[in-house]
Amino acid sequence: MSRESGTPVLEVGGLRRAFGGLVAVNDLGFAVGQGDIMGLLGPNGSGKTTALNLMSGVLRPDAGTIRLMGRDIAGLASYRIARLGLARTFQLVRVLDGMDCRENIRAGLAFQKPHLPAAEAERRIDTLLDRVGLAGHDRRPAADLTYIDRKRLELARALAAKPRLLLLDEWLAGLNPSELMIGIDLIRSLKADGITIVLVEHVMNAVRALCDRCVVMSSGRKIAEGATADVLSDAAVVKAYLGGVAADA
Amino acid sequence: MTARTAGLGALALAAFVLLAFVPRLGNAYYLALAISLLQYTVLATAWGMFSGPTRYVSLATTAFFGVGAYTVAVLGEILPWPLVLLIAAALGAILAAIVGLSTLRLSGVYFVIFTFGLTELIRQLVVWFEVNKSRVLGRYVFVDITQADIYWQLLALTAAVFLLGWLIARSRLGFALRVIGEDETVAKHCGINTTFAKVALFTISATVMTLVGAIMAPRWTYIEPSIAFNSMISFQVLIMALLGGAHRLWGPVLGAVPLTLLFELLSARFPNTFTIILGCIFLLIVYMLPRGVAGLFEKLAAAPGGKTTQRVAA
Ligand SMILES: Nc1ncnc2c1ncn2[C@@H]1O[C@H](COP(=O)(O)OP(=O)(O)O)[C@@H](O)[C@H]1O
Ligand SMILES: [Mg+2]
Repeated sequence: MSRESGTPVLEVGGLRRAFGGLVAVNDLGFAVGQGDIMGLLGPNGSGKTTALNLMSGVLRPDAGTIRLMGRDIAGLASYRIARLGLARTFQLVRVLDGMDCRENIRAGLAFQKPHLPAAEAERRIDTLLDRVGLAGHDRRPAADLTYIDRKRLELARALAAKPRLLLLDEWLAGLNPSELMIGIDLIRSLKADGITIVLVEHVMNAVRALCDRCVVMSSGRKIAEGATADVLSDAAVVKAYLGGVAADA
Repeated sequence: MTARTAGLGALALAAFVLLAFVPRLGNAYYLALAISLLQYTVLATAWGMFSGPTRYVSLATTAFFGVGAYTVAVLGEILPWPLVLLIAAALGAILAAIVGLSTLRLSGVYFVIFTFGLTELIRQLVVWFEVNKSRVLGRYVFVDITQADIYWQLLALTAAVFLLGWLIARSRLGFALRVIGEDETVAKHCGINTTFAKVALFTISATVMTLVGAIMAPRWTYIEPSIAFNSMISFQVLIMALLGGAHRLWGPVLGAVPLTLLFELLSARFPNTFTIILGCIFLLIVYMLPRGVAGLFEKLAAAPGGKTTQRVAA
């Protein structure tokens, strides 16, 4: 399913980051091709969020390379990485509570270069509100939103910048079954738009439905990689997950 | 909205024109009081311009004010007045940029402590320099500037600060600062160069404070470090801005005016216990009005009948 044509959108090699004596990400490497959705799996504490933090510039790697469309971004400031076309959501949702939904999304696009003309920016905000299912809520303070709507708003803000690469950290967690269906369809539609996605996710149905390929981490290391179906039946993966989150698949 | 903005603009302009006639009243006491009011209004507004949106609490007001005052003490007799002001502003801006670049990566309480320490550091440096190099303990300020001149300069600076604050609030930089105040990590991921935005605003705010110090200096005929770098100013400005509400451009003035009058009264009546009273007022404000007078007004406007935060039905 994955198209290996041209430079990968994301290419990670030898990535390492330790916190004191704990090596949270250890010699991690993988590549994600244009338009692919790559699942990044692993039990809690295996280093997935740390890996995303390294890619988006929240943390500096101790070693390794991170190439975004061929350009090494390892150790670059977050705002520069964001301007190069990487956007993300956070495991613990982060919206701007003191602002309304429209301003939250505007924050996502106002600082991208070149700047959009105001009218066009406002039109894009309307489109995004509609797309994530928040149409009509544009003047509503983000602090008043329900949990799921906060997730929607955070995604809309990430999409506002028209990213080439989107990192989603357990974005589907905590959704009820019908919301999950909507969420999966939404992410699939992003793929159709040509956005490349790294999906950190515990909801196995979503992983099966969405991911072209998967990388599985355990204790900071990559323990498996390949086509989704193969990876999910891999003996080492099942063992790493045993008694863990695989149950909610 | 635009009609309302124009109306408010016209009102503000009229107010400034009227205020320009205060020195014509010919009452020295009122003029002195008006100078104090303007001084604290500008300082508190400038403080709020940076600390309001970013929520960084700065105690460096005195440091910049003192640098401005001392620039006048040293250069006032040698150079023409506009040039002295220009140099003071430049010194304040350079100092602020250096301090900003080295400290705005600090967060919360570390920043507060650093800015407080900075004031002491600069004061001690000035003392050391004066004693060992210039061999003087204090300086006489001989410049040909009247109280009315001081008042008019402060009034012009007040107008400039409000205009600047209004322009910034409507700009991309102003929006960036609000996002930073909400969540700095998100701000960075939105592509905001947070260090630049914070240093820029800190520098603008500090330059204004330095100018206030420079303009005020001729009011004293004799300056020494303990007068120019009186850390009380930092605390008073902080209290005023918090009482008024630093999240609005027009907030700090609502705190500066009543508190300047109150402080004037208290320091005359109770010179010895003044600082204790100041501390108590500070605690009261933080407990009773966490969002300041401006927040109180907003709450009243949003009460039944008002409509500031209407909910949109889905
Ligand atoms: N900022 C940090 N400081 C210290 N330890 C951290 C930090 N972030 C993550 N860790 C540790 O690194 C390990 C990996 O965490 P994380 O990347 O959040 O895992 P996951 O997202 O896969 O659940 C955990 O043991 C966690 O406690
Ligand atoms: Mg995680």
